[in-house]
Amino acid sequence: MIEFRQVCRTFSVGDQTVAALRDIDLHLVAGDYVSIMGPSGSGKSTMLNLLGLLDRPSSGTYLLDGSDVTTLDDTAQAAVRSLKIGFVFQSFHLVPRLTAAQNVELPMILAGIPAEERKARVEVLMQNYGLIARAEHRPDQLSGGQRQRVAIARATVMNPRVLLADEPTGNLDRATGREVLKLLEGLHEQGITLVLVTHDAEIGARAAQQIHMLDGRIVAGGLSPR
Amino acid sequence: MKLTDTVQFASGSLRGSPTRTLLMMLAMSIGVAAVVVLTALGEGARRYVVDQFASLGTNLVIVLPGRTETAGIGPGLMSGQTPREITLEDAAALLRSPAIKRIAPLTIGSATLSRDALNREVVVAGSSADMLEIRHMSMGLGRFLPAGDINDSAPVCVLGNQIKQELFGNEQAVGQWVRLGDRRFRVIGVLASQGESMGMRTDELVIVPVAAAHQLFNTSGLFRVLIEARSRDSIAQAVHDAQDIMLQRHSGERDVTVVTQDAVLQTFDRILTALTMAVGGIAAISLAVAGVLIMNVMLIAVAQRIKEIGLLKALGAPGRQIRNLFFAEAALLSGIGSVAGLMLGYFGSFIIGRIYPSLPVSPPWWAVLTACGTALGTGILFSVWPARRAAQLDPVAALAGK
Repeated sequence: MIEFRQVCRTFSVGDQTVAALRDIDLHLVAGDYVSIMGPSGSGKSTMLNLLGLLDRPSSGTYLLDGSDVTTLDDTAQAAVRSLKIGFVFQSFHLVPRLTAAQNVELPMILAGIPAEERKARVEVLMQNYGLIARAEHRPDQLSGGQRQRVAIARATVMNPRVLLADEPTGNLDRATGREVLKLLEGLHEQGITLVLVTHDAEIGARAAQQIHMLDGRIVAGGLSPR
Repeated sequence: MKLTDTVQFASGSLRGSPTRTLLMMLAMSIGVAAVVVLTALGEGARRYVVDQFASLGTNLVIVLPGRTETAGIGPGLMSGQTPREITLEDAAALLRSPAIKRIAPLTIGSATLSRDALNREVVVAGSSADMLEIRHMSMGLGRFLPAGDINDSAPVCVLGNQIKQELFGNEQAVGQWVRLGDRRFRVIGVLASQGESMGMRTDELVIVPVAAAHQLFNTSGLFRVLIEARSRDSIAQAVHDAQDIMLQRHSGERDVTVVTQDAVLQTFDRILTALTMAVGGIAAISLAVAGVLIMNVMLIAVAQRIKEIGLLKALGAPGRQIRNLFFAEAALLSGIGSVAGLMLGYFGSFIIGRIYPSLPVSPPWWAVLTACGTALGTGILFSVWPARRAAQLDPVAALAGK
């Protein structure tokens, strides 16, 4: 369902061009559990941004569900992000003035879903993630694990096909990190395609498919099962 | 994203930083209040002058002896010759015009008014019964000059309120006799106190029948003939007829001047409306300043909320939606700001109205509309740039807070 063909991404730094990704070929099928590992600067975050349509490749093609999404305009790409992709960030990125429930509701507000339906879906998710008692709390009144659970609830509220997690346990202690990881793996078992970026080998090893990156190239794994 | 959700989200982010929001609304409302108060003052001044003219009488046309090209300079004074006077017969002849409803001849002079040992110099106006209606005067006690033949020189007089007080105090004045010059007059009425009306104090006036005034001052010419036209539309006809009739009666010589109160009034009206618009315009500059302030603070807000904007993009908000969110914020700010400003402005006008009760202070509707429109307009206009900037942010950089 996800296919990268000869994808390159270069940045201009001053008068120099720096290649963050070089000729990446990648093929993921629906329901995959993939980890992307590598040292910092290896291009794994750039890869995730491209996967999530937050960034555009400098060259090459990105096919999502068989259609080329690199040529879509801003509005169409936003629609794809809204409907097909969920993000989980290392630093949670919750809106500080909104309550946990309102943060979870946010993607549905942006998508224009009616208020009654939003309320029902938030309620179900808060129940599932054990956040019902914390629903009216603001992010600064929540623990790290709770914050990340709210963020995951927000990422899945639109029932996306793909969940992109960028160091989801990076800001958590080991025990909480493992809980969050279990939650994400539970989602994968329900059929979501999970892409996890980490530099923690132990966490990365749990994924069914592991991709190692170095200097903008895939050095191990990710070979397309074409 | 639905409109109600957009507005709700925008108001949420405004509440998120209350100090900033309050300060911006304050700036907006001061601008709107300034427009409202200043135009209210200007409009008050205009209405004051218009009311003053209206209190002289409505649809008033004035015939004066002498001929000048520019009304306003004493007719006849510049030409060096004595113009032919306007007689009572001339005045009565004016009534032949269908456009003229009624006339009041006017002769002015001064004489010594005395009662027993008390005496003072007064302005004496000789006129007729219709003067009361034409000049919009009202009676305090008794009645006005009797209607009937204007050549009848009945020895009766009507006193201004202040004269009555000076001569009679709290005693009954109606029915008493006073001496005016070398003649005796019976007081038949006292005018209601009216204060000043365009420089002529009716409170210090003594009114006698015009024929009696002519005998008193030994003249036969009139100072003015006041004409009331049938309606506003027939003023032009009345002027034309008055000129025609006077031309015929003065053997084809154009030796009278006919002025309309309307012409003078319109000039004042135009000048004062322009003045009101000018001060309103100056006040509107403060609204533009408030707009620049909104732009400034919005730009800071975009920088401060860069991560939130990045997040919204990651969650599937297209640039257009983010732009609309910032527009909604600006619209809310200037909308609430202008409502607060209106209240402030009306309150200010009310206070000024209390301090100067004679000034009919009330902001004109067009100024209120323009103030609110300008506030909303500048608010949204000046948020275009910050909103575009937010919409065009690169999501990756924004999420990283760069």
